[in-house]
Amino acid sequence: MRGGEALIKSLKDQEVDVVFGYPGGVLLPLYDVIYDSDMRHILVRHEQCAAHAADGYARASGKVGVCIGTSGPGATNLVTGIATAYMDSSPIVAIAGQVATGLIGNDAFQEVDTIGMTMPITKHNFQPMNSQEIPEIIKTAFYIAGTGRPGPVVVDLPKDVQEQELDMDKEVRIDLPGYKPTRKGHPLQIKRAANLIANSKKPVILAGGGVILSGSSEELIKLAGIIDAPVVTSLLGKGSFPEDHPFSLGMLGMHGTKTSNYMVDECDCLIAVGCRFSDRTTGNVAEFAKNAKIIHIDIDPAEIGKNVEVDIPIVGDAKITLSSLIKALNQNNTSGNTDEWMKYVQNFKRSSSPRTSFNDVPLKPQQVIKEIMNATDEETIVTTDVGLNQMWMAHYFKVKHPRTFLSSGGLGTMGFGFPAAMGAKVAKPETDVVAICGDGGFLMVSQDLATIKEYDIPVVICILDNRYLGMVAQWQKLFYEKRLSHTHLGEVPDFVKLAEAFGVSAYRVEKPGEVQETLKNAINSGEPTLIDITIDPEEILPMVPPGCGLTEMVGEYKIEIESADGVPYYREAEERAGD
Amino acid sequence: MENERTHIISALVLHKPGVLQRVAGLFTRRGFNIESITVGTSEQEGIARMTIIAKGDGKILEQITKQLNKIIDVIKVRDLEPEKTVKRELCLIKVHTPTEKIRSEVIQYANIFRGRIIDVSPETLTIEITGASDKIDALIDLVKTFGIKEIARTGPTAMSRGIKTI
Ligand SMILES: Cc1ncc(C[n+]2csc(CCOP(=O)(O)OP(=O)(O)O)c2C)c(N)n1
Ligand SMILES: [Mg+2]
Repeated sequence: MRGGEALIKSLKDQEVDVVFGYPGGVLLPLYDVIYDSDMRHILVRHEQCAAHAADGYARASGKVGVCIGTSGPGATNLVTGIATAYMDSSPIVAIAGQVATGLIGNDAFQEVDTIGMTMPITKHNFQPMNSQEIPEIIKTAFYIAGTGRPGPVVVDLPKDVQEQELDMDKEVRIDLPGYKPTRKGHPLQIKRAANLIANSKKPVILAGGGVILSGSSEELIKLAGIIDAPVVTSLLGKGSFPEDHPFSLGMLGMHGTKTSNYMVDECDCLIAVGCRFSDRTTGNVAEFAKNAKIIHIDIDPAEIGKNVEVDIPIVGDAKITLSSLIKALNQNNTSGNTDEWMKYVQNFKRSSSPRTSFNDVPLKPQQVIKEIMNATDEETIVTTDVGLNQMWMAHYFKVKHPRTFLSSGGLGTMGFGFPAAMGAKVAKPETDVVAICGDGGFLMVSQDLATIKEYDIPVVICILDNRYLGMVAQWQKLFYEKRLSHTHLGEVPDFVKLAEAFGVSAYRVEKPGEVQETLKNAINSGEPTLIDITIDPEEILPMVPPGCGLTEMVGEYKIEIESADGVPYYREAEERAGD
Repeated sequence: MENERTHIISALVLHKPGVLQRVAGLFTRRGFNIESITVGTSEQEGIARMTIIAKGDGKILEQITKQLNKIIDVIKVRDLEPEKTVKRELCLIKVHTPTEKIRSEVIQYANIFRGRIIDVSPETLTIEITGASDKIDALIDLVKTFGIKEIARTGPTAMSRGIKTI
């Protein structure tokens, strides 16, 4: 058997049923194998989309996604997608072609140092110099990508290695003396955490993407129920806890809900699970949860104490660790401890729930998101792009299940939403998939309309069309004296005509009520569809300016119900103390 | 910064192409200050020992060791306690010795420092010296006046005293 065949066979041994790729000179031997193979290959129209699609596939399914690009420009085009997956701990294996071993280092045609280039954005990378290494490298690559804290792995595959013969009957072992992720949290630390929680009066749980990656939503819900604590999430944690649950306060951070930001500020114990305290989540770290003792559970020891000082660190897999914590807590009697706090939190939440219904034309994004929510069901997978569209979704869209809200958090990659939706739909063909994109971000990847048409991948793309690089324009309005330097996108393209040029059905929507109806029909049509939604370009989302504490929000926070009982807890306590 | 000091980090790594780049790249990317790094074979086949001298406070050191541990090719990392560590560096110094008098003076200095003369030419002497870095600095200081043509230092390598291994 030759190297190329061995690669495909090794992928199949890892239960890979689909790859997203784009061929090129050095990949001819591999693509010649794919020609006769029953491995499903989806030809994207830009390698960046191959990587994002593999990432979306992984996020939607929990399996490792695979993408392929040729040497040189193919590999550099993959890089954005690999870095995106790295920042969000998404397991993908990216296979890059490389020039023949004898040419490496000579600045050969389409040679680039893929190994050097991807070292800081991968969990690990490999370059087989001999075809006999392929089976072991692929097996190991999948193991590394999918275990511990997941992440991307690159395999840089020289052309001649794809052609060399090898013996496929040799035993394939994974030999990684330097890789042993800790799974079980330290029992003593768990006990200490349980004691701290049992004695706290105002606990808050902060759930991150790690809860989703480890499949521990059930444990999280149980934990919240046992201690009677509200739950906030990071952007990547959306879906880890049902957002229609009375205990859910929504997302925390720069564009977080008012309730989440205030409650974390006031809590006396913060239980952070599978999150990394990114600056977008914490705001000014000196101000962050300043009244709280912090428990931090994470599988990656390097995340503990990196951004925020913690009182009780627990290194371990969230699922296993939460189960142990729940057991430990059941031995402590916590009932009733947090009653007063929960009452206060619920009041605060009720009186600061953001307003979502608007009749305006042009459409308010809040109204659009509400209609999207009405048109989809709770199993629907939504992806977002990056910018205001993403933060509106994060703020207003209530996610109920893990792996149904996919967004580029750490890298904030414009152009992620659409190809990630494509990957998610391939992973879950029976599930509806809707991509919510900005007009700017969608245009970065619009060529892949060809892919969803050619392969009949029926995702629905909703463009929140404000003709601005809205998020950047918002910062300019708030912090740069409204000097909108290069953030207006002009009048073109006509997204409806653009989609139609690819044979994709498209609609323009401008009035309240139309989003819901058009989206519902598009989903039911079972065909790839684009909906261009004209929205109010002036609408901005309240935010915490960089460097500020989480309660220092700027911008008008429109609330649904006006009520007088939104008194902050500490003030209430102060008043009582003054009586 | 408070508690900032020089640390001796000893790491066992797979002896593979690219491993030095992975380690060095980590230091630049995360903004850690690295003073020197040495790599060589260890007692086990296929495994190399790296000695990294880096500056930072306790928090930075904790991050350095944790991030090093995340590199798949890194097997073990230990921040060695300075008092319980032997640390040695090798240095070659080529000194300009045009006259007999200078020559004998340099040889005397080398002897005092337990250095050895390993190469002689009509114009130069090359001293080999091993020891703690400050001892090497002292010798260099002494022979500097004669004119140093070239210096090659390895940077320190180190291990724990006594029975302890990393
Ligand atoms: C690839 C990339 N380039 C630039 C940015 C910086 N950036 C962040 S949000 C944003 C504006 C996005 O505009 P649009 O896609 O129209 O979304 P909107 O904010 O208007 O919803 C820009 C330029 C980015 N995140 N990613
Ligand atoms: Mg826009």
